[in-house]
Amino acid sequence: MSTQTQTWGTRVGLILAMAGNAVGLGNFLRFPVQAVENGGGTFIIPYLICFLLMGIPLLWMEWATGRFGGMFGNHSTPFIVDKMGKSRFWKYIGVFGIFTNIGVAAYYCYIESWTLSYVFHSLKGTFIGMNQSEVVDFFATYVSLTESTLGIPFETVFFYVICLALNTYILSKGLKGGVEKVAKVGMPLLILFGVLLAIRGITLGDSGAVAGCTDCDSFLGLNFLWQPQFDTLWNPDVWLAAAGQIFFTLSVGMGTIHCYASYVKPKDDIALNAMTAGWMNGFVEIVLGASVVIPIAVGYLGLDWVRENAGFSMAFETMPYLFNKWGTLLGSISGMMWFGLLFFAGITSSLAMGTPWMGFMQDEFGYSVKKSALTFGLVTLVMGLPTVIFFQEGVFDEYDYWAGTVSLVVFGLAEAILFGWVFGIDKGWAEIKKGSDLALPRIYKPILKYVTPTILLVVFVMSLIKPVNNDWQGAWNNGWEFDSGSIIGKMMNVDVVHNRTAIADHFEAEVSGVVEIIEMESLTKVLIHGEGAENALASYDFERGDEVIVGNGQVVKAGDDIANGSFVNPIFYKHLSRLLLLGLFIFIMGMVYYATILRNPNKS
Amino acid sequence: MTNSAFWMMLITQATVTVVTIYFFYRVLTAPDREEPDSYSDNDQE
Repeated sequence: MSTQTQTWGTRVGLILAMAGNAVGLGNFLRFPVQAVENGGGTFIIPYLICFLLMGIPLLWMEWATGRFGGMFGNHSTPFIVDKMGKSRFWKYIGVFGIFTNIGVAAYYCYIESWTLSYVFHSLKGTFIGMNQSEVVDFFATYVSLTESTLGIPFETVFFYVICLALNTYILSKGLKGGVEKVAKVGMPLLILFGVLLAIRGITLGDSGAVAGCTDCDSFLGLNFLWQPQFDTLWNPDVWLAAAGQIFFTLSVGMGTIHCYASYVKPKDDIALNAMTAGWMNGFVEIVLGASVVIPIAVGYLGLDWVRENAGFSMAFETMPYLFNKWGTLLGSISGMMWFGLLFFAGITSSLAMGTPWMGFMQDEFGYSVKKSALTFGLVTLVMGLPTVIFFQEGVFDEYDYWAGTVSLVVFGLAEAILFGWVFGIDKGWAEIKKGSDLALPRIYKPILKYVTPTILLVVFVMSLIKPVNNDWQGAWNNGWEFDSGSIIGKMMNVDVVHNRTAIADHFEAEVSGVVEIIEMESLTKVLIHGEGAENALASYDFERGDEVIVGNGQVVKAGDDIANGSFVNPIFYKHLSRLLLLGLFIFIMGMVYYATILRNPNKS
Repeated sequence: MTNSAFWMMLITQATVTVVTIYFFYRVLTAPDREEPDSYSDNDQE
């Protein structure tokens, strides 16, 4: 158990660090896209209701759980939740609170490294004069292992390692000297950059419209985001999306809040702190996040373009091109502010992800702050390199799904049950109220016990068994076909119809059509065209050692063999990612088991 | 921008901003607790 003396320097520092933990790239990229896809202005109503019924209770629950665990010298979730439940089962559920952070930090630091690199490129003026497709190509070149935008070999790995090393260095300075200092500088700068860009986004109007573009107007973008469409309120998908957004934006279900709160003393407030950090995250998301990407993109590219292309990639593949339109100096400064803002949003979150592991190593194995930070860096590097090296093969996306989505919901649901039903709502409510600077509405007591776990259960079950096309009625009547995005659908790889063997000696066509073969210097390109279509439906490159067994003009059906040789199919990388994550989980479980023996050699 | 969209945006963003500032103000004006508290910067040397 811990004898460490880490503390927070100030209350404001703690709140900024907590808000920094919650504020991430999703505030600027995920929220506006979710709002666009789910009814514009009406999305905000379910969003705010979910914040009140799920977000705030979960924040209070996690702060209270963390502070409670801290009383016994525990600073990581396995032993924090172990004190709340009698069964040792909870200790192993608590493994999620370390696993998720390492799993997410592994790929999150990669996105963070893009922002760092793009700050550099913005200041260097790399994007000046580029058209949109050149900016898109630049990103593809950057994430490709074999090419480089700066002449540095393995540039993408280089920036990833720099970024992870920076995180490790800051973590090695401890809570007060590292994490809190960065939050005190990063959060105000993030808000300043966000406000400046939001003012530009809101006031852009149609000044950036090219001749002939009738829907290039930032006010149209704002209108699209905020126009109430009350009929969507009856759509359960919108509520599910709002609940999901609240869950992910607040960084609940991760174990980071528990860890930060475990350094708060029992008589000190947590209720007001939690509300302040939570609403600050809401401010960054609703006020700033909604006023930058969508209005600026609509102002230049038009509403139709944004409707079709709204997504995460806009941050790196669209915004640098749009900033170009503001002139060389302002464009460079805006690019620096945009990617700087994303960098601060990212690093304040990734630092939080390092602390549960560090708390665990310090508490259980007596590691120093420096040594525990170094081990975090090493474990994250081992887990993260596959996401960098095999980014285009989908390892990144697999990590994001299993570590960054599913395990959050599982842990969130488990801790809600633990807090309200196992630990007991009376004790839990008393924990939240202890030392509070805020008069807590009593209505939250039944909400904590019944409503929050129910919402989480619904979110989990719907994610688990979501039917194809989200057609629940059809699935009920005509047999259940799992959606490729559902947990079971993912486990069964229902999106992979052909080439389902990880390593195969033949390759199957994934679409039906007419074959066109192009012989190139070092490879044979096989294109499959739809009937009468000019653009190919699929394109495959086969190396010289492979034997292409179809001919020009031949009609093939999806599933037909088109080549013999030795092939590593995309499903291999799915298996690899899942094995790595499973291995990490088992590794942490083993460490928790060993730590239990160290704590009490007579019992495990 | 339609009137309803404008008011929806204004009311939502103003509410969130005011509530955030209010809670931050409450934190800044809350009386200090007796030592030892959770924060080391206000400790006596």
